[in-house]
Amino acid sequence: MSATSPRVLARVTAVEGRLALREPSNVFFAVLFPAVLLAVLGLAMPWGSTPYSEEDPLLAQINGITGYTPVVLTLAVGTVALSVYPIAIATYRGTGVLRRLSTTPLPPSRLLVAQVLVNVAALLVAAVLALAVGMLVVDVSAPERPGVVLAAFLLAATSTFGVGSLIAARAPTAGAATGIGMTVYFVSLFFAGVWLPLPIMPEAVQQIAAWTPLGAGSQAMLDGWVGAAVPTRELLVMAGWTVVLVPLSARLFRWR
Amino acid sequence: MPGDEPVIHAEHLHKRYGRTVAVADVSLTVRRGEIVGVLGRNGAGKTTTVEMIGGLREPDGGTVRVLGLDPAGPAADRAALRERVGLQLQESALPLRITVREAVEEYACFYDDPADPDELLRELGLADKAGSQFRSLSGGQKQRLSIALALVGNPEIAVLDELTTGLDPQARRDTWDVIERVRRRGVTIVLVTHFMEEAERLCDRVVLVDAGRVVAEGTPAQVAALVGADQTLTFRPSAPVDPAGLGGLGSVGSVEVTPDGGVLVRGTGNVVQDVMVALAGAGVRPDELRVHRSTLEDAFVRLTAARGATDAVDASGVPDGGARPATTPSPTDRVEA
Repeated sequence: MSATSPRVLARVTAVEGRLALREPSNVFFAVLFPAVLLAVLGLAMPWGSTPYSEEDPLLAQINGITGYTPVVLTLAVGTVALSVYPIAIATYRGTGVLRRLSTTPLPPSRLLVAQVLVNVAALLVAAVLALAVGMLVVDVSAPERPGVVLAAFLLAATSTFGVGSLIAARAPTAGAATGIGMTVYFVSLFFAGVWLPLPIMPEAVQQIAAWTPLGAGSQAMLDGWVGAAVPTRELLVMAGWTVVLVPLSARLFRWR
Repeated sequence: MPGDEPVIHAEHLHKRYGRTVAVADVSLTVRRGEIVGVLGRNGAGKTTTVEMIGGLREPDGGTVRVLGLDPAGPAADRAALRERVGLQLQESALPLRITVREAVEEYACFYDDPADPDELLRELGLADKAGSQFRSLSGGQKQRLSIALALVGNPEIAVLDELTTGLDPQARRDTWDVIERVRRRGVTIVLVTHFMEEAERLCDRVVLVDAGRVVAEGTPAQVAALVGADQTLTFRPSAPVDPAGLGGLGSVGSVEVTPDGGVLVRGTGNVVQDVMVALAGAGVRPDELRVHRSTLEDAFVRLTAARGATDAVDASGVPDGGARPATTPSPTDRVEA
């Protein structure tokens, strides 16, 4: 059967990629916004160049904008995994694109794989762009433990794509996916420290945040950045979400 | 030319959604090369029926075989059918920003033996729209693209659901031309529609579905004839005529003389010529002559109007006596000189 060959997946992925590039708002928010946000904050905010925290000896070694970089990276993950990706799939469901595909020899899962590939690619470009702009323009320092940061970033991505897949699996229309996705997005970003840095939040909020994919991701990346002990609990939390959510959303997935 | 070999054979299909019976009992056979229309009102069970044939829904009862394969059966059967049957479904859009050419070329690569995308676009009159995005197409162009996607795998059977709903009359006629060209390629077509004109123009046979059951089946002319006399003449005789004399003609079914002196004759076959000859022989001139041929639409309205009324048509298809169903259009609805 030709429909299951890698050539077809490559073709479908290429088409999905081209379609994604034709949505200007998606390109801006998914790919460019994290870098823009980091640059604007770094240039405009006085706290960007002062030490991130006076009390914690490790956090005192980095400036404010470096401390905010893990937050911007989790925002990049959240934008793609909780908004762009589930809305694209729900749009395909709501307008019958999935239904039409299910009449062809193409296993419809190929479209999902293609969508995930396109969105992961967008996320990687966004992250590299944000890091490059951060380090070249606004004085973000390099992480102490790049391996920990990378592992934390990847697990944040897989676990958050798991959450996004759960939304994508069931949301009947683009509107529904937008509503659910945006709610989860803003709650996640709160726990990731987008509005208030995690270290200054109440202890209870920090405790809850450590159990959410993006909260754990943000904390684990920060730990890696400053060279703290390996954030085992946060990494395990994100791995746990991934292991539970990916098969669950595959099981719950609806084609119509 | 339609062959004898059945490519679709469905028996006693039954489908419920919760407690709602969508399809109660539908059987139908489609032979290779035919265009068969599945007709019915909205909600009659047409779409559910073709979805079961297309393997998109599993029947709760009955059997269906398409090209000898079971659409609800083993994965190998279903995979083979997706290769050999093209489906065009209602309310199936495409990504808004995909171009016509991208869509057809993408879908072509799903199949083992696809049609040539360029040739297909030319044939469907979309060649000059190849670079346009889906969102900028007109309703008729979207439908033609939809047909193109159903045909791009070179299917043996194409199932086309509500093909021309929402199209303006010109776009509808253009789409019909496309279907006739598709038929000439030897594709067997199942056409779901509620436009009787469409069915009369395109279909070799029609299956009329109402409330989840088949209520009539045959060529469009046969089904049209089910509601009774297939021709009705009305005229005003220049001199009184003898109803019994006209009634004695073999092709005449009934003769009525209205209080204002008009005559209404129902009959079959050569009834028009027979009556004209008889009138000429009697030296009577028929003024204001109107001839009405009963249409598929009459049959459709009559057979699907009141749920109970369908029982009134017996097996021979001749309705009882002179009782004219209220739903039958007046003879002047459709006039042929």
